[in-house]
Parts: sequence; structure tokens; C-alpha cells
Amino acid sequence: MTDTTLLTRPAHELAELLRSGEVTSEELTSLHLEQIEALNPTLNAFLVVDADGAMAAARAIDARRAAGEELGPLAGIPIAVKDNFCTRDLPTTCGSRMLEGWVPPYDATVITRLREAGLVILGKTNMDEFAMGSSTETSAFGPTRNPWDTDRIPGGSGGGSSAAVAGFLAPLAVGSDTGGSIRQPGSVTGTVGVKPTYGGVSRYGVVAMASSLDQPGPVARTVLDAALLHEVMAGHDAHDSTSIDLPVPALADAARARDVKGLRVGVVKELGGEGYDEAVEARFLEAVELLKGAGAEVVEVSCPNFTYALSAYYLIHPAEVSSNLARFDAMRYGLRLGDDGTNGAEAVTSITRGEGFGKEVKRRLIIGTHALSSGYHDQYYGSAQKVRTLVARDFDAAFEVCDILVSPTTPTVAFRLGERMDDPMAMYKADLCTIPSNLAGNASASFPVGLSDEGLPIGLQVMAPPLADDRLYRVGGFLEGALEDSWGGPLLQRMNPLPETKAVFA
Amino acid sequence: MALTADDVARLAGLARLHLTDEECAELAPELDIILNSVEQVSRVAQGDIPMMTHALPLTNVMRDDVVMPSLTPEQALSGAPATEDGRFRVPQILGDDS
Repeated sequence: MTDTTLLTRPAHELAELLRSGEVTSEELTSLHLEQIEALNPTLNAFLVVDADGAMAAARAIDARRAAGEELGPLAGIPIAVKDNFCTRDLPTTCGSRMLEGWVPPYDATVITRLREAGLVILGKTNMDEFAMGSSTETSAFGPTRNPWDTDRIPGGSGGGSSAAVAGFLAPLAVGSDTGGSIRQPGSVTGTVGVKPTYGGVSRYGVVAMASSLDQPGPVARTVLDAALLHEVMAGHDAHDSTSIDLPVPALADAARARDVKGLRVGVVKELGGEGYDEAVEARFLEAVELLKGAGAEVVEVSCPNFTYALSAYYLIHPAEVSSNLARFDAMRYGLRLGDDGTNGAEAVTSITRGEGFGKEVKRRLIIGTHALSSGYHDQYYGSAQKVRTLVARDFDAAFEVCDILVSPTTPTVAFRLGERMDDPMAMYKADLCTIPSNLAGNASASFPVGLSDEGLPIGLQVMAPPLADDRLYRVGGFLEGALEDSWGGPLLQRMNPLPETKAVFA
Repeated sequence: MALTADDVARLAGLARLHLTDEECAELAPELDIILNSVEQVSRVAQGDIPMMTHALPLTNVMRDDVVMPSLTPEQALSGAPATEDGRFRVPQILGDDS
């Protein structure tokens, strides 16, 4: 029987074991498939599991390794994929009835790169419908549950990926972050989530939600794992006109550096205070003290326009959504309803969208249509675009005096399922701290920094200037090392194991 | 300005989104709360501030005008709700009300 402590090992350690021949990708993949079978009924992290495809891919990598082929650093490692990445052999639903059962005819660039790097795709993970939400409750296929407490949300929109990684169903996952959909799930599940600089990772084949904000990124349990995966995903892609044509910084090296001496760290004054959990602020400040103790220069900075970022986001985002989701017209792919010979094309489109989209998507389509409609365009959309400039200027001014900025990732620990479903503004506020980096396009990440009194994870957000993604990993790597020394092991080891889990720590 | 159920129905029409009367009535007050709270952007965005449409400066990207591998007709049609003679079959586009 395969050693089940492998489930809790970081991906970079598993990669070493694969290289040295102590374990095969087939064994690792099979172990993770068993864990998925045991826990997915409870967590609903995966919408589809590709057991046969994963085993075949794993055997193929093992064969190539046995033949002496030079393989990438993560070859043979299983990975979970958020269900808005197009995969030519697996359904891609975006958590919506609109795309139920749809198998795309091509792979997203990120998927192509994962396959080329020899990663083994286990399946597709649950998400808020078309990535609209902060809890994974708006998925048409039921909510995902947080492995720390199954009455609570795993964050969103990428709650399937965060729950899969936190629950040891997969050592790695990919997500996409438009307003916090990688970082906030990372924060509430005690995992690492990184939103690269906008344009750092190709959006080609990632179902578009808000094109000027969407950015794919890595989801992992350790900082080095996230860096290694980020390096596989990143780099220029001719298929994405916003892709950055510059070398990717040395991310894994930065993660290994464990040194923040002389780093100028800005604590953002506006991201704290009223509305923030006491424990969230306490763990955040303790982590800042650790940075200070290691020789970082910590100063307070003010970014006054961050206060308006949430409002600007909830105009720009729905406006782009209302445009992007126009593609779901029931003509070329996806759901079609009402095509009974009496309804014309326009009626069929309207009927299909009315049935196929859930409530949150409908809310945002109406808001976006309103914000763009004649007579309101300047008041709403135009003003929001100006506020976006003000937010970016606040970042520019702060990065004149700081190398990085820090804040809590999200104001609270994981809330209970159902708690915010009828209060959209309360739900939107989960992204209060993460949204500014989407508006300005800079790199940003969430790293686990401890637990609340009730034992729920808390994350710290690091924001770096555009293209300086390596600074995220430098800070994250240092914090992880210092905190794990004080905890005596990884944060996830302090989770009460779910009854059905096979994962054990060595 | 309060958003009414009629406003929601009109916007839904523009968005090609069929909503029931109940949905319009339920959405109107919810959307009103959202719009009221995001409205502050128009007070902040005074004066001569440029609009930012994208996170980073964009330049137009060109490629050589050469044939590249792409989808076969079968692949392109593989997800279609209905096909006929190797094409997408769609409901009638011109109706009595057009």
C-alpha cells in the first residue's frame, strides 16, 4: 500500500521523490484519486474527475522518466484545474447550467503548458457561476465546503481549487483571479494563492469574465510549490494580446531566499479597522512584526482611493461581464432552450439565458447593462474608470517609498454557508482588500499567517509592483519559514482531519 | 433614483435575458442597494482625471498574415446545440416582429 503521508507532502518534495525513483507518478495519482473518492462527496471540490485520463498521463510520464528523458521540475505531479480553463478532453462548465457537459474543442494555453510540463490533470474544480462570487455558493452544481469546517465556505470564486489543495485532494491547483478569486479562497483555507501581474499568465482559453481584470495564477500549499507552478504557467503567449513579452522573474529562487532584510514594507492604513475581525488584525500584525524582526523596514502608507476601489470594481466588472457573457446566445455552443419552431433566434437567446444563468449572474448582467446604457455611462462606467486611475496612482505613490505593501487578505475568517447569499454587498466586501490589485494590474498574493480563536485560517496579502512577482515569493517564503518554525509544522497540520480523509502527516 | 421592476425588465430586454415578473420585482430593490453604494464613484471622479481602461498600457498586436493550424469544421461544430449540413442550425432570425 502506498504511504498516505505522501498526500500531505509539498509538491516540491514529491517531485524529488519522483526524480529519485522512490515513488511513481502512477502511485501518486492513484493515491490522490482515492482521496478524492473519499472526500469529494463531503467537499464537492471537483465537478468532474478524470481517473482514466489522469492514470494514463501518469503512466506516460513514468515511462518517459524511465527512458531517461529530461523532464520539468513538476513532471508527474497531480494537479486540479478550475472549471473555467478550457480542456479539450474534459467538460468545462464554469459552474453554470449554460455550459453543462460542454467539452471545448481546444486547450487553454495554461493547460497546454501544464501538459507539456508533465503535470497530471486530476479533474476540474467547482467555482462560483462564471466566477461571480466569493463563496462558491453560486455554482449551479452545489456549494463546495471548507475542509477546516464543512459548515463554512472555502472562499470564491475558486473554492473548489482551494478546498482541493487544503483537503489534500491535490497538491497543486490552478485558479483565476478577477477581484480576489485566488487570494481570498487561499486566505480562508490556509493555503497559498497568487495573482500574477496582469498579463503575466496567458488568458487564452480561460472563459472570459472581466477581461481587463482576469488573471490566472497558482494555488498551492507551500510558497515554493506556488512559485514552481507559476513558472510553468507564466510567459508570453501570442494567443493573448495582453500577454507580457518579457522574461518571467526567478520566482522559485525568491521563494527559497528566506530573507527580507532591508525590504521596505508598507502597511496600507485604509485596509484595516472597522469591519475587520480582531483575530485577522492580530495575526496580520504579528506577521508584520516578524518581518520587522528580520530586518525589514516597516512603514505605514495611505492609499486613500482604495476606499472607493470596491465601488469602481462593481461597475467596471459587471460592465465587462455584460459584454463578455453576450457570447452565450444559444447558437454555437452550450445550452439552447425554447427552439420549438415558433420562437425566433432572439427569443431563444433570451429564454435560454433566463433559464441557464443563476441569480448572481443575472444581477451583474443587469447592473452592467445599466452602467453602460445611454444616459448613465458617464455617471457610472466613466467615473469608475477614473477611480481606477486614482487607485493606480495610489499604488504608484506607495511604491515610490516601499518595495511591497501588505494588508489582511480579506476582513474575516471563512463565513458560514448561506450567511451572505441574500446580502450581495456583504458578499462583495469579502474582496475589499484584493480588488485594488486587479484594478491596477500589479502582482499580489495571499499567504497563511495563523488561525483565529475558533481555529480558522487567516491570510496576509502581499502586493508588489507590476512585473515584480518575485517579491511576493520572497516575503511569502520568509513568512512561511518563520511561522512554521514557531508552529512546529505547517498550518494545515492543525486542521481537525475530516473523518473520511486518508491524508496523514509524517 | 430608485430602480423599479419596470426598469429591470427594460434592462433585461437589452441584455437578452428573460426574467419573470417575480424576478424583476425581487431584483429591483437588491440592485438599487448595490447602485446606491457604488454611486460614490461619481463624487470622487471629479475634474480632469483620465479614464483607465486597462491595467497596463496596451499596444496593438499584429501577426504575420499566414495560415495557422485551427479548428476543423467538425471541432467547431462539436458543441453546437443543433447542426445541419455541416453548419450551425439556428432558429429563424427574421420574424413577424422584426
